[in-house]
Amino acid sequence: MSAPLGKDLLGLEHLSAEQITLILDTAEPLREISERAIKKVPTLRGATVVNLFFEASTRTRISFEFAEKRMSADTVNVATSASSVTKGETLVDTAKNLEAMKIDMVVIRHASSGAARFLAERIESNVINAGDGTHEHPTQGLLDMLTLRRHFGTLTGKRVCIVGDVLHSRVARSNIWGLTKLGAEVAVCGPRSLLPTAISEFGVQVFDRVEQAIEWADALNVLRLQLERMTAGYIPSLREYNRVFGVTRERLERAPRDLVIMHPGPMNRGVEIDSEVADGPHSVILEQVTNGVAVRMAVLYLLAGNAPALAEAAKGGDR
Amino acid sequence: MPGTHIPQRMPIAPTTVLNARALERTVARMADQIVEQSDGSENLVLVGIQRRGVQLADRIAQVITQREGAAVPRGALDITLYRDDLQTVGPRPIVGKTVIPCAIDGKTVCIVDDVLYTGRTIRAALDELADFGRPARIMLAVLVDRGGRELPIHADVVGRTIDVPIRGRVDVLVSELDGRDEVTMVIAGEES
Repeated sequence: MSAPLGKDLLGLEHLSAEQITLILDTAEPLREISERAIKKVPTLRGATVVNLFFEASTRTRISFEFAEKRMSADTVNVATSASSVTKGETLVDTAKNLEAMKIDMVVIRHASSGAARFLAERIESNVINAGDGTHEHPTQGLLDMLTLRRHFGTLTGKRVCIVGDVLHSRVARSNIWGLTKLGAEVAVCGPRSLLPTAISEFGVQVFDRVEQAIEWADALNVLRLQLERMTAGYIPSLREYNRVFGVTRERLERAPRDLVIMHPGPMNRGVEIDSEVADGPHSVILEQVTNGVAVRMAVLYLLAGNAPALAEAAKGGDR
Repeated sequence: MPGTHIPQRMPIAPTTVLNARALERTVARMADQIVEQSDGSENLVLVGIQRRGVQLADRIAQVITQREGAAVPRGALDITLYRDDLQTVGPRPIVGKTVIPCAIDGKTVCIVDDVLYTGRTIRAALDELADFGRPARIMLAVLVDRGGRELPIHADVVGRTIDVPIRGRVDVLVSELDGRDEVTMVIAGEES
C-alpha cells in the first residue's frame, strides 16, 4: 500500500520499481478469477469504463473488455478510425463529451505518441494507455513481465532480448523501461534500420545477429514485423528478414540453454518467428494472453477511485 | 515538543487473552464442535479467511484429521475484492490468494476467521463463496468474537467471546506469520 499508482497509467518509464511490483503482485492472485465457474468479482460495480480505440486492435481491446467485465464494470466501446480524427481538440472533445455522460475511466489506444498523457491532463477520469503511437504500451510490458516473473520466479539478473522492429515498437519501450527497473538485463536485436539511432541511451545491449542474442539470452521477446515496413524500405524483403532475423528451431537448438519465447501478437508465422517455435515447448505466448487479462484487472483495481477528491475523503477502515 | 502537551491516544499494554497453550486447547475444542455440528467430517470443507484465518483453518484441519482419521479439504478466501468499503478505504488494499480446493456444491463449508467484529468480512466471504457454488450449508467458526456487529451475522463455533470497546483491538498472532501463538487485546485510552 506504500506505492499507490495515482490517477492514470500512461507508461512504465515514470513508474517506480515498487509501483510496478505492486501491479504484478496484484495481478498474480487475480489470475484465479478467470478460472472460476463464475468469472466475476463485484469490485468495480457501478463504475463505467470507456474503451476509446482510435486505432485497430482486437486482442488488447478484448483483453481490456474481459478485465473490465470480470471486475463488474460497465463498459462501452468507442472505435474511431484514425483517419476521421485529428489530433488535439477532437480527441479531448470526444472524451469531454463522454465525461459529460458520467464515466469513471478511459482506456485509450491512439496512433499518436503522447495521446494518453494529453488526454489524462485534460479530463478527470482515470486514463489507461492501451498503446500510444510508438511511445508506450504499458499493460503489454506488464503482462510480459508477469509472464517472465512467473516463469523464472524473479526478474533480477534475467536476460531478455527484444528481437525485431524496436524502432516502431511501443511494446519494446515499455518492456525496456519496466524490465530494467526490476533488475533484468535487456538487449535488443534487429536490423539497424529498425533500431532507434539513440538505442544506447536506453541502457541496453545491441546484437546485430540473432544467433548472438540467442546465445546470450534467457528469454526472447519476438516483435511483430509490420508488413508495411517492407514497402517503406526498412527491410529488403520478408523472406530475407526471416533468413537473417527469424527465430527458428535450428537457431534455438544451438542455444546453450532453453529460451523462453514470447511474442506480443499478432504473429507473422514464417517471418519473425517460425511455427515450430511459436507452438514449441518453450513458448509462453498463450500464457501472455492469459496474464494480460489479470494485469489489466490489477491496473483497473489499483486506479479505480484514485481521483483526487476521493483520495482526500478516504479514511482507514477495519473489518 | 517542549512546552506543548498534545493529547494523544496512549496504548495501554496489551493483555493476553489466550496464550499458546490455551490457543491450542481452544482450537482443538473448535475442531470438535465443527465436526459435531456438521455430522462428521466426510462432507466438510474448511475455508480460512486471509490472512490469519488460513493458519487457523490449517490447525483445525490437523486436529480433525488426527481424530477422524481422514484429511479435510481446506482452502483460503481473500475477500478484498468483495469489500463494501473499497470506494472509501483509500489506497487499494493488497489482494491475497483465493484457493478453493474442490467443488463446494452440496458440501458443508466452514468459514474460519480469527476475529469476528462488524460482520462485514463474513458478508463479503458469503458473497464470494456463492460465486464458487452452492454449498448445502455454510458455517462460521471464529477464534474470538469481540462483539460490535453491524450486520445480522453470528458464528456457529466460537473460541472465546470477549467484549471489546470500539477503540480496542484484538490481535491474533500465529507462529507461521508472527513467530508465536497468542491472542492479545489492546484497549486504547485517551490521555488528556
